[in-house]
Amino acid sequence: MNREPATNRFLFTAGALLGLLALTVGAAYVNLGPFNTIAALTISAAKTVLILVFFMEIRERSPVIWVALATGFFFFGIMFALAMSDFLTRGWK
Amino acid sequence: MPDSTLAHAPQFDDASQQRESATFGMWIFLATEILFFGAMFLGYTAYRLAYPAAFAAASRHTLLAFGATNTAVLLISSATMAFAVRAAREKRRTALTVRLLLTAALGVLFLCIKGFEYAREISEHLLPGASFQFDQPYASHAEMFFYLYFLMTGVHALHVTIGVVLIAISGFRAWRTDAFMRNDTAVDLLGLYWHFVDIIWVFLFPLIYLVERHS
Amino acid sequence: MNTETRELPMTLEPRANYLNDGHSIRSWLLTTDHKRIGLLYMVSITLFFFVGGAAAAMMRLELLRPQGGLVTSALYNKLFTMHGVIMVWFFLIPSIPTVLGNFLVPLMIGARDVAFPRLNLVSWYLFIAGGASALWAIIAGGVDTGWTFYTPYSSTYANGHVLAMAAGIFIAGFGSIATGLNFIVTIHKMRAPGLTWFRLPLFIWTIYTTSLILVLATPVLAITLTLMALERLFGVGIFNPAMGGDPLLFQHLFWFYSHPAVYIMILPSMGVVSELIPCFSRKSIFGYNFIAYATISIGVFGFLVWGHHMFVSSQSVYAGMIFSILSFLVSIPSAIKVFNWTATLYKGSITFQTPMLYAFGFIGLFTIGGLTGLFLAALAVDVHLHDTYFVIAHFHYIMVGGAVMGYLGGLHFWWPKITGRLYCEWLAKLAAVTIFAGFNLTFFPQFILGFMGMPRRYPVYAPEFQVLNVLSTAGASILAIGYLLPLAYLLWSLRYGKPAGANPWKATGLEWKTSSPPPRDNFANAPVVTEEPYNYDAQAAELSLEENSHA
Repeated sequence: MNREPATNRFLFTAGALLGLLALTVGAAYVNLGPFNTIAALTISAAKTVLILVFFMEIRERSPVIWVALATGFFFFGIMFALAMSDFLTRGWK
Repeated sequence: MPDSTLAHAPQFDDASQQRESATFGMWIFLATEILFFGAMFLGYTAYRLAYPAAFAAASRHTLLAFGATNTAVLLISSATMAFAVRAAREKRRTALTVRLLLTAALGVLFLCIKGFEYAREISEHLLPGASFQFDQPYASHAEMFFYLYFLMTGVHALHVTIGVVLIAISGFRAWRTDAFMRNDTAVDLLGLYWHFVDIIWVFLFPLIYLVERHS
Repeated sequence: MNTETRELPMTLEPRANYLNDGHSIRSWLLTTDHKRIGLLYMVSITLFFFVGGAAAAMMRLELLRPQGGLVTSALYNKLFTMHGVIMVWFFLIPSIPTVLGNFLVPLMIGARDVAFPRLNLVSWYLFIAGGASALWAIIAGGVDTGWTFYTPYSSTYANGHVLAMAAGIFIAGFGSIATGLNFIVTIHKMRAPGLTWFRLPLFIWTIYTTSLILVLATPVLAITLTLMALERLFGVGIFNPAMGGDPLLFQHLFWFYSHPAVYIMILPSMGVVSELIPCFSRKSIFGYNFIAYATISIGVFGFLVWGHHMFVSSQSVYAGMIFSILSFLVSIPSAIKVFNWTATLYKGSITFQTPMLYAFGFIGLFTIGGLTGLFLAALAVDVHLHDTYFVIAHFHYIMVGGAVMGYLGGLHFWWPKITGRLYCEWLAKLAAVTIFAGFNLTFFPQFILGFMGMPRRYPVYAPEFQVLNVLSTAGASILAIGYLLPLAYLLWSLRYGKPAGANPWKATGLEWKTSSPPPRDNFANAPVVTEEPYNYDAQAAELSLEENSHA
C-alpha cells in the first residue's frame, strides 16, 4: 500500500482513538471523585472531535453543514439544560 | 465541478447540486439523531443523579472486557470506513469492495460480541422484568440502570444493524455494478452515518461501563 | 366573482398540466410530483378532520345537559382522546406544511420539485400507515388516556389500545421528520437564480422554521412514546414512581416536542397570512426582515417554554419561574408579527375577498389566543386556570382560530392555482363569516366557564354552567355548517367553477407566474428573480401602464 497523506492521517486517528480508549478505561480505575465522570466525558468529547475532523472531514464541508450539526447539539443542550433546571432544583427549599 | 457532466435526477440542475443536497440531507438526519439519542441520555442523567450509588453498583456488574473490545472494534471499523470513502473517491473498485465488506464484517463482530454480552447478562438475571435479581439495597434502582442499558445499547445496536446491511449491500454493488462506481456520494453518506453511530457509542461506553469502577 | 372582462376567454381544451398528466390510480399513488402529493395529503387530512370533528360534535352534544347521559363516562374519555390525537397529529400538524407546503414550496422558489421526491412520497405513506394504526386503535375500542398519554396512567393502568395509538403517532412522526428534512434541503439548495434569502416569500420562511421544529422535536416524541410503550409492554420502566421512576421525565420529554408542535401548527398559518395581507391590501409587506427574524425566533423560543404545561405538577418551582419568564418572551416576536400585518393594512387598498376574510379572522383570533396564553404563563394565575375550560378555549383560539383559519385562507387563496378553477365567491364569504361567528360562539363561553372553574375532560358539570355550555354547543353546530360549506362548494368548483387564469388575484410571487394548474415541471421556462417580494407598488404601476396601452 502506498502511504499517501490520507492513509497516514487515518492510521494516526485510529491510533489516537484506541489510545484514548485505553486512557478512559485506565482513568476509571483511579479515584478522582466527581472528576471521574468529567474526565470520561471529556475523553469522549475528544474522540468525537477526532472522528468529526478526520473521518467525517467536517472542516472540508460547507458552513451550512457546520450550522446543521451545531443546531442539533444546541437543541439537545436546551433540552438538557431546561429539564435539569427542574431535576436539580426540585429539592431546594 | 468535474462531475457536473454526470447523470442527475430531473429535479436538480446538475450533479453537484444533487450531491450537495444529498450530503446536507444526511447531516440534517444526523442532527435529528442527536435529539433522538439525546432524549435517552437525558433520562440516564436524571436517574444517575437521583440514584448515584445504585448506578455505580449496577455499572460494576457490566462486562467491561466486552464493552472495551467492542469500542475498539467500532473505532477500527470507522477507520476502515474512512478508507472506503477514500477508495470510492479514487474510483478504486477492489479497494472499495474490500474495505466496505471489512467494515461490515467488523459491524457484525460488534453485534456478535454484544449478543454474547446480552446472553451473559440475561443468564445473570440482569434483564429488567420479572426475573431481574440484584443485591439489596439497590435492586429496584439497579433495574432502572439495566433498563436504560438495554434500551440505549439496543437502539444503538439497531442502528449498527441497519448500517451493516447498507454497507454490505454497497460492498456487493461496488463489486458487481459499474453504475455504483460512477457516483461516490452514496458511500460518503454511508460513512457519515457509520461514524455518527460510532460517536454515540463513544459516549455510551463510559456512561455504562465505567461508573465508579475504582471503588 | 373574480373574473374580469379584461382577461381573454379561456380555451376549453385543457393544456398539459400536472392534473391531466396520467389519470390512473397508479399515477396518483406512485406519483413523485410534489403537487400531487400535496393533493394526496389534502384528501387524507380532510378525512381525518371530519373524524376528529365527529368526536368533538359528540362531546358538545353530551355537554348540552349538566348530567350528560348521551354517552358513558368511559366513552367520553375515549372521545376527547380521539379528538385530540386525530386533530393534533393527523390534521393540524400536517395541514399547512404537507398540503400547501408540498404544493407551494417548489413553485415559490422556482424549482421543478422538492429535493427528494421519492422520500416525499414515502412521507405520505408513513402518514397513512400511522393514521391507519390510529384509526384501528379507535375502531378496536379506543384509548382513554387523553392526547398527552401521561404516565403512569398510559403505561400501567389504562385499558384500551394505547400501543396501537402510540405506534400510529410514532410512524407518522417519521413521515414528519422526512417532510421537514426534505423542505429544509429544498429551500437551501434549490432556489431559482436571484432568489436570495431575503427575497423569499414569508410563507417559505415559516415553512423553513416549521421544518426545523419537525426535524428537531419529533425524534424526542418518538423515543418518548417508545419508552411509554416498552413500559406498558414489559412492566419495566422509568416513568413509574412505584419502581423509582419519575412521571415528570415523561412530561418533560413529551412537552419538549408538544410545545414546539404548537408552533408547527401556527407558524405556517402566519406565513399564509403574510402572503394574503399584502396581496389584498395591494401593498408591500411592512417590515419584511422583522417578520422573517420573528419567525425564526418564535421557532427557537418555542423550544424554551415547555415547562409552562407543568406548573401544577411537582416540577421545581424554580424551573417553573424560568419557564414562566421564557414563556412571556415568546409574545414579543408574535406581537411583532401582528403589528407588522396591521401596519401593512394601513393606507392599503383593501379588498374583502374570501382569503382576506380568513386573514382578518386569523389576526383577531390569534391575538385573543395569544393574550390569554399570557394569563396561563403567569405562575399564580395558572394554578387557578390549569386544566379548566380556559385552557381549552385558549388553545382552540390558537389552533382553530389561528391554524385552521390560516389553512382555510390559504386553501381559498391558492385553490385557483391548485385546480385552475374559481369557487363561488359569495358562498365562500358566507362560509368564512359562518366559521368566524360559530367559532367565537363555541369557544368564547369556554373562557368564562374556565374562569368560573369548570374543569376540562368531565362529561358532567354543575348546573350553573349550563347556559354557557348550551351557547358553546350551539356555536359548534354553526361551526360544523361553516366547515361543511367549503367541502361542498370547493368540490362543486372542480367541475363547474370558472377557469381561473394564471393569476386571478394579481398577486406577486413565482407561483402566480406559471399557468393554473401548473405543468408537471412547474415552469415552462426556468424563472429568474430580479425583484423584492411583495412588490405590489411596481406591479400596480405596470398594470396601469398596460391598461393605458390597451386603451
